Amino acid sequence: MSGASHAVAAPPARPRSALVVAGIIFAALALIPIVAEFAGGAYLTSLAVRAMILAIVAISLDLLMGHGGLVSFGHSAFVAIGAYAAGIMLTEGVYEITLILPVAMGAAALFALASGAVCMRTSGVSFIMITLAFGQMVYFALGSLAQYGADDGLTIWSAPDALGTKWLASKTGVYVTVLIALVGTWALVHRITGSRFGRVLRAARQNPVRVSSMGYSVFRYRLTAYVIAGMIAAVAGVLWATHAAFVSPSLGSWQRSGDLIVMVVLGGMATRNGALIGALFFIVIEEVLSSITHDWRLIFGPLLILIALYARGGLVGLLDRIQGDRT
Amino acid sequence: MSTTLILIQILNGLQLGVILFLIAAGLTLVFGVMGFINLAHGVQYMVGAYLAYWGYGVTGSFVLALLMALPLALLMGLVLEFLVFRHLYDRDHLSQVLATFGVILFLNQLAKVIFGPASLSVPPPEFLDFSFTLIDGLLYPAYRIAVIVAGLLVALILWLVITRTRVGMLIRAGATNPDMVSALGVNVRQLFLIVFGFGAMLAGFAGVMAAPIFSVEPGMGDNLLIVAFVVIIIGGAGSIRGAFVAALLVGLVDTLGRTLVTDGLRLVMDASSANQIGPAIASMLIYVLMALVLFWRPEGLFAARAAR
Repeated sequence: MSGASHAVAAPPARPRSALVVAGIIFAALALIPIVAEFAGGAYLTSLAVRAMILAIVAISLDLLMGHGGLVSFGHSAFVAIGAYAAGIMLTEGVYEITLILPVAMGAAALFALASGAVCMRTSGVSFIMITLAFGQMVYFALGSLAQYGADDGLTIWSAPDALGTKWLASKTGVYVTVLIALVGTWALVHRITGSRFGRVLRAARQNPVRVSSMGYSVFRYRLTAYVIAGMIAAVAGVLWATHAAFVSPSLGSWQRSGDLIVMVVLGGMATRNGALIGALFFIVIEEVLSSITHDWRLIFGPLLILIALYARGGLVGLLDRIQGDRT
Repeated sequence: MSTTLILIQILNGLQLGVILFLIAAGLTLVFGVMGFINLAHGVQYMVGAYLAYWGYGVTGSFVLALLMALPLALLMGLVLEFLVFRHLYDRDHLSQVLATFGVILFLNQLAKVIFGPASLSVPPPEFLDFSFTLIDGLLYPAYRIAVIVAGLLVALILWLVITRTRVGMLIRAGATNPDMVSALGVNVRQLFLIVFGFGAMLAGFAGVMAAPIFSVEPGMGDNLLIVAFVVIIIGGAGSIRGAFVAALLVGLVDTLGRTLVTDGLRLVMDASSANQIGPAIASMLIYVLMALVLFWRPEGLFAARAAR
């Protein structure tokens, strides 16, 4: 793996093979409910739903981290905002998902706009810490909602209606909806990153001074990306509330934000499938290892260290290199 | 709100402040000098507390436990530096985050395996295990005063080392311009190792001191680590003086906020909503403080580096 061969062997984009990989992953996810009929049952589908929701959030975070160079340590706050918007509306008797979703996304967008305008004044490690600060503020604010369960969280007693139907009250309905949302997010984020907007965002990551001297407002591009990522995370939050029928402030804790960063870095930043693979790998390896031993973190911890030390570019980078060595 | 209560809270705030300082001191040097984000620094604090528990169990003496824990905490820091961290100095921040996150998972779980998930307690040393009357009607445990004094003493020693010795001079120079220090023929790797080891030892010392006050449990360092990061951001990365001022500030704001905010809100709204909102606002205070500092002085109050 000398520098020269690496430069040749790893072209930045393999759009076609990346599309195939994503297709295989989505197809496998679509088959899981059928497999679950024979083995695994509700546990397996529930695990898959959890993994897919996290993948949605991870993909939205990669838009910020990978493409924007904006490492947000408070991204789970947007998930919590979305989840609480759903939880509060369902508790107050608003059951229609077509009303809940816009409110959740609107709340996340407003918060992203207000906090993002402050955060974008900083960069690098300061940005990490200021997003952490806003995340913690959301976390503590949600914990103070006494009428909605405070620190203990809020149990949701009724599933949302989908255009008047009970589609989201069934496990299959939730599964299909989450899968569609995942595929939609994946497609949307890659439309965005492939567009002129995405190119400006990446250019600003590499050289903000140059981009702004070319007449682009780096601030506006970054803030827009921040709002978009926050809104996607809020959708994931609504899905989480629907799936788990329970929301609590811990959804927005800094540990969750840390997990999300780890998922994205683990998978490989600014790659087509890195965030997706990272999130799924994180959940699957957690399940597999914890079924082997109760102390699975003793294996998972060193595994992360090894990936950080030896697999530059995360899992996707590793796969690309294996592929590159073969061809 | 009585003056007695405020006095107690100020003492508690100072105590939290010095513990935060002991953790943040190592963190800010590692971060300032090496540009290294060490999430596992909070684990060193936990290791110190567990070493105190273990040492106390073996020797039955807190002082002996402290004396055993310090070199072991230093050794632990050096081993981690050798095995993991030194391979990450010239890597991007996110690789460091990933690897040190792995270290956290591993050591937290290891503590759980060895000592069990329950929270443990360590009694304070016998000669400090009494309370005395601070002012009329106010009893305060002597051990907590000792923690404050010990913390301030360590801060003084650290300040002397940093400002008066050759190693301290190199560390300051390294925090300001590491490339130049290296170009002048200083073995920067060795300097890093020293900073790392002693940073780990300081965090371990904080853990030992905290063991009789807080409960000893797996993951006890994680939340303090985040607050320690808040401290070094407010104080300015690489600045010991900044870490000291910011640690006391954060300790006092956090502790006093918990009583003052709720009482203050009671003046403007009814008691039940004040009780409900107060604690949330109090918990947010240090983060609001950090956001304000980042907004107006992104480099922190006492920046070691002129521009970066």
